Amino acid sequence: MSRILLEVNDLHAGYGATEVIHGLSMQIEEGSITTLLGANGAGKTTTLRALSKMIKVRGQILFDGKAIDSLATEDIVRLGVAHVPDGRGTFGSLSTEENLQLGSYTRKDKKEAALDQEKMYAYFPRLKERRQQQAGTLSGGEQQMLAIARALMLRPRLLLLDEPSFGLAPLIVREIFDIMRTINQMDKVTILLVEQNAAMALDLAQHAYLLETGKLVLSGRSEDLKQDEAVRRSYLGH
Amino acid sequence: METFIHQVIAGIATGGVYASLALALVMIYQSTHHINFAQGEIAMFATYMAWTLINAGVSYWLAFVCTILLAFALGVLIQRIIIQPVEKAPVLNVVVVFIGLLVILNSIAGWVFTYTIKSFPSPFPKEPPFGLHFISSHELGSIGVTLVLLVMLYGFFKFTPLGLAMRAAAQNPDSSRLVGIRVGWMLALGWGLAAAIGSVAGMMIAPVVFLEPNMMSGILLYAFAAALVGGIDSPGGAVLGGFIVGILENILGAYVIGTELKLSVALVLIIVVLTIKPAGLFGKVIVSRV
Amino acid sequence: MSTSTASNPSTPLPWIRLVLGLIAACALPFFISNYHVFQASMVLTYAIALVGLNILIGYSGQISLGHGAFLAIGAYTSAILMDKVDMPYWMTIPIAAAICLAVGFLFGLPALRLEGHYLALATFALAVSLPQLLKFKHLEFLTGGVQGIVIMKPEPPWEMLFGLKLNSDRWLYFFTLAVTVVMFVIGWNLIRGRVGRALIAIRDQPIAAASMGINTPLYKSLAFGVSAMFTGVAGALSAILVAFVAPDSFTVFLSITLMVGMVIGGVTSLPGALYGAIFIQFIPNIADQISKAAPWAIYGVMLILFMYTMPTGIAGALRLIGQKIRPSPN
Repeated sequence: MSRILLEVNDLHAGYGATEVIHGLSMQIEEGSITTLLGANGAGKTTTLRALSKMIKVRGQILFDGKAIDSLATEDIVRLGVAHVPDGRGTFGSLSTEENLQLGSYTRKDKKEAALDQEKMYAYFPRLKERRQQQAGTLSGGEQQMLAIARALMLRPRLLLLDEPSFGLAPLIVREIFDIMRTINQMDKVTILLVEQNAAMALDLAQHAYLLETGKLVLSGRSEDLKQDEAVRRSYLGH
Repeated sequence: METFIHQVIAGIATGGVYASLALALVMIYQSTHHINFAQGEIAMFATYMAWTLINAGVSYWLAFVCTILLAFALGVLIQRIIIQPVEKAPVLNVVVVFIGLLVILNSIAGWVFTYTIKSFPSPFPKEPPFGLHFISSHELGSIGVTLVLLVMLYGFFKFTPLGLAMRAAAQNPDSSRLVGIRVGWMLALGWGLAAAIGSVAGMMIAPVVFLEPNMMSGILLYAFAAALVGGIDSPGGAVLGGFIVGILENILGAYVIGTELKLSVALVLIIVVLTIKPAGLFGKVIVSRV
Repeated sequence: MSTSTASNPSTPLPWIRLVLGLIAACALPFFISNYHVFQASMVLTYAIALVGLNILIGYSGQISLGHGAFLAIGAYTSAILMDKVDMPYWMTIPIAAAICLAVGFLFGLPALRLEGHYLALATFALAVSLPQLLKFKHLEFLTGGVQGIVIMKPEPPWEMLFGLKLNSDRWLYFFTLAVTVVMFVIGWNLIRGRVGRALIAIRDQPIAAASMGINTPLYKSLAFGVSAMFTGVAGALSAILVAFVAPDSFTVFLSITLMVGMVIGGVTSLPGALYGAIFIQFIPNIADQISKAAPWAIYGVMLILFMYTMPTGIAGALRLIGQKIRPSPN
């Protein structure tokens, strides 16, 4: 029985005067892959933004037992939480390699970081081919790989992924999901995955949460959600 | 012909000063999208600090280095205390704060150091270098110092992790936070560097234009013109713009319009660039989607 | 006289206050020394200039750091006409107004494509480069070069008014007051009319305004022209009052002074123009007694503090207090 790496209690978050998340509670086990599902506008992206404090929050967020809801984004990152945002957030004018170097900016072990960079190139050979190329000129799929690689350069304990499949060809999506499986199993990275592609997400993750208009309506093991009538009809198409 | 060469060389020398100030302006603009109207006064104030040290008996180059460090600290303090609170305020409010800063620095300098014109020493000998006729030692030295400064800055931004982090913070503050960069302090660092650069520019130009509280307003105008010509978000462009503007100023001043209307030339240049090609030679035109 | 609907012109209260204020203004010169009368007149000219700046910055949302240039153009127009052509002083005012309207409109045309910082930069450049232009030796025959132009202070047309003695200062005060009232009325009508509404639309939602058919470039240039016109009138009046113009009176610090007045008094507000004018006329005198450098250091500190705490100026703060005491029907 593994420990809880991330615990969220009664989280409220939103933009300005509009509250989007109403009292969300979750528990993410260390070493697991959890997926957060929901339709457009359900609040999935907002949830991830709340976890990395890109927006104001009310409620309790515990990372490895430590309260992080009052910390700033950069401090949460330094605790080992890497967030790949929607839109990828690559530094377009910088080179691929510079993007990777920024991923390990906060690390003190420079030699290890250099080794990790080679490891990223091993996971994503396409990035190695384009290492000096300006990141903004990479294709959508390559930018997504770069965004994930940059996040992994942190050697995070928790990886937050926001819709990695968005706008990408199915073959590339499969590649990316395979890599996620690898880093979870080999590098022991806990993953919280927000996805619209419910089918692929439920295949990858062990646990799942379902969000509807800012509230959790269903949670449990992926196998169970896959069988659930409502989920099958609304999100799996059968 | 010799005078022409001398005008061009003198233009390159002042161009180096414009290039440095323009670079400082671009650095702040890139990271905050604010135009630092107080850049000239910060440089002037730093030059007065150097003057104070030299007058107290400190040797020139030691005073030079101390001034750079003091100016750096001043820049960081100004950003953290005065600029940071209005970072997200409307444009008008930000501009007013910059003008307030300009006015405070100017008046404190006038109060502490009086408005009498002072001479500022040049570390370079009075005799022309190697017996050449078309260049003075100060001009050669000034070009040298400016080039060393620019090369060091280039190396810092291109090859050091901190420089990379600052470039990242300027481009994309949100993503920078997501890799753990403390964006607020990167901005402060940028201001510190800009102030330090300004201090070097001030110390190089003061022997030529003499030290008084209003010495930088015309020079700042040329630096603005240089930054616009090169592209207000392009550091390389700003540097090139500085040299172009410096040479242009001297050639026009010597052969076309005389030295009395130099500021009007800067004004016309600014308006022409803003009207015809606001992005300058190397800047990017930002298309705002409707 | 502000954009809020809290002041309803059909209620008698604002009108009574205006009339009382005018009566007090007319009585004023007979109770104070000649120098103070002169100062009061200068306050009025600054108020006119600030209305001009308000129209540009507050209503049209454009920034100018160079309106001192239009004070200069108005002042020099008046001085040159009086000095070279012996034109009577009162005739120079509308001419200065027309010239500044044209120059402002023409400056506004290329400038209208610029937003925020860029326009501030262009107008800053204008302010910094102007004194050099005024000292230009090839224009000396007109501008008097560094020494400027000295003009004769006008005599009052009558010796006495209702049994009270009229001297030069008092007469000029009434003249200035009359021009001020006229300019404020023009300003008020502009702001409340179609032009004002168009400007506010352009300021707040430029894209929507353009797609509604408002000719944005035209209105923005017009706003620049009109604000220059107001400032030019103020400049012409100040030339007559001071009886002297010189290039070094019109440095960039004059433009900054106007900005200070506008920030302290309150943007988007006609009463604010008056508060700001009073501030910039009297604070330097008070501050001067503290130390020589004090006025500008104090200006700078107040500019910054006001931006942190009272961005809408005194007029805005008073309006907020007024709304708390008497909640408006909104």
